[in-house]
Amino acid sequence: MLRMPPFTVLNPSTVDEAMEQMLAAAGEARWLAGGTDINPNLKHRLLEPQALIALEGVGELRGVSVNEKGWLRLGAMTTLTEVAEHAQIQAQWPALAQAASLVSGPQLRNMGTIGGNVMLDTRCQWYNQTHFWRKSLGYCMKKDGTECHVIKGGSKCVAAASNDTAPALMTLDAEIEIASGDGRARMPLAELWQADGIWNRKLSPQELLVAIHLPPTAAKHHGAYGKLRDRGSIDFPLFGIAVRLDLDDAGKIAHAALCAVALQARPWPLKKVADALCGTTPGEQDFLDAVEQVAALAAKQCRPMPNIPGDHEYRHAMVPVYTKRTLFAAAAKAGPVHHL
Amino acid sequence: MRVFRLQVNGDPLDVAAPEHWSLLEVLRYRLGLTGSKQGCDKGDCGACTVLIDGTPTLACLALPATLEGKDITTIEGLRPLHQKAGGQGVDPVQDAFDRCGALQCGFCQPGMILSTKALLSDNPDPSRREIQDALAGNLCRCTGYTQIFQAVELVADEVAGREPRKPAWAQAREQEIAAASPKEEPFQPEHGGQA
Repeated sequence: MLRMPPFTVLNPSTVDEAMEQMLAAAGEARWLAGGTDINPNLKHRLLEPQALIALEGVGELRGVSVNEKGWLRLGAMTTLTEVAEHAQIQAQWPALAQAASLVSGPQLRNMGTIGGNVMLDTRCQWYNQTHFWRKSLGYCMKKDGTECHVIKGGSKCVAAASNDTAPALMTLDAEIEIASGDGRARMPLAELWQADGIWNRKLSPQELLVAIHLPPTAAKHHGAYGKLRDRGSIDFPLFGIAVRLDLDDAGKIAHAALCAVALQARPWPLKKVADALCGTTPGEQDFLDAVEQVAALAAKQCRPMPNIPGDHEYRHAMVPVYTKRTLFAAAAKAGPVHHL
Repeated sequence: MRVFRLQVNGDPLDVAAPEHWSLLEVLRYRLGLTGSKQGCDKGDCGACTVLIDGTPTLACLALPATLEGKDITTIEGLRPLHQKAGGQGVDPVQDAFDRCGALQCGFCQPGMILSTKALLSDNPDPSRREIQDALAGNLCRCTGYTQIFQAVELVADEVAGREPRKPAWAQAREQEIAAASPKEEPFQPEHGGQA
């Protein structure tokens, strides 16, 4: 039996109250959203806070709405099931709905939240293990130890960002709304990350993600998400890729973006893909040629490491395969791409 | 220690338990409701699935402090709730699982049955694919899932008043027998069958 270490649970009902409790705890408290990641981590003694601040009862963190300018606001505590099944998100921000639909299994999507998925702790096969297991190995630099078992002699933690929704949100130019002791702030999600597997966000654990804001998409927006994993029913990504294609009135691609995940400490936007894809027409030969080019580019830019389970050479071989399949799915307004 | 006010299987209960206990620990070790199974204890297997306000949820990862005021249904609640609603015997989902032999060791059953309850309340006529998706978070190490899917189809058909669909193997076997049987005239006893 895996038991959690002793802590108290606080139940605030507003963001201000939650923030007061967090500041009063002086670094000894952590946020509790859906609990699907922090609770196993507590059971593995990856963290031992004195208090958990449950966001369950904070009304401002709930709900999906679209404002008069067409921006989508997702409360951070919106469950992944709600995001995946929301008809307007499926229609206008398809990559996000698809990514949310592929996170883990049904019960975990019912509990897990979009905010929790974006703020997910990085994962590593040497880290997400019981205390007994990690102790037997002499621990690692992410928790309790000093060395890295992924890269011998490595000085930087390379635990992998494993949040499926983050790359989808990044291709959709998401902005995040943050509450801290200094009030509210808004920043692009793409600027949140830092290349450090121990803590891959430029926010402290005391800051709170309140909501995610997405700009409206054009009428001819296409998006898709592809996910490689061990079992089609559950599991973290072994490789994930989000695709965005915006077509102009002539049916040519005017804007393209790709972002991958489950490689290194942060989600990984692919560079220069727009150069190859822009101006091509899905369904025509020039698009097929561009897809080949982008797949080769992706295989160069995405270098899976032996940080998460799954042979990293196999994962690397799957990078161009999933890049192509996801591009074709986006072009056909299909997806998500995964195996059953 | 904290006193949690929980609504379990329709009963309002005040339960004293340490705050860091999971709902599964509270159900099993405070309330004696051991029907919810402890499998992996970290969200992989679905053996501890309970319904929170009708939604399948993992009790091993849920904290009771976040569940006050919500309706918790465990496997123990299905029969009493079915009878309270005017039904006879056990819940139709339990009955179908029983009749289809949808188990070997039985450890995954409580979770499978509760996931099925939630599926059928949202979607009374699920396809095989939809059943597979709905039960994707419940791991079964024995059956290979076939009888489980058949049980879900059986209860969906019976509740809707349809002729229960035959499993694929039974249809194939019937066709095989029909193809192999020689076409004979029906047997006519002499004297019109009279002694």
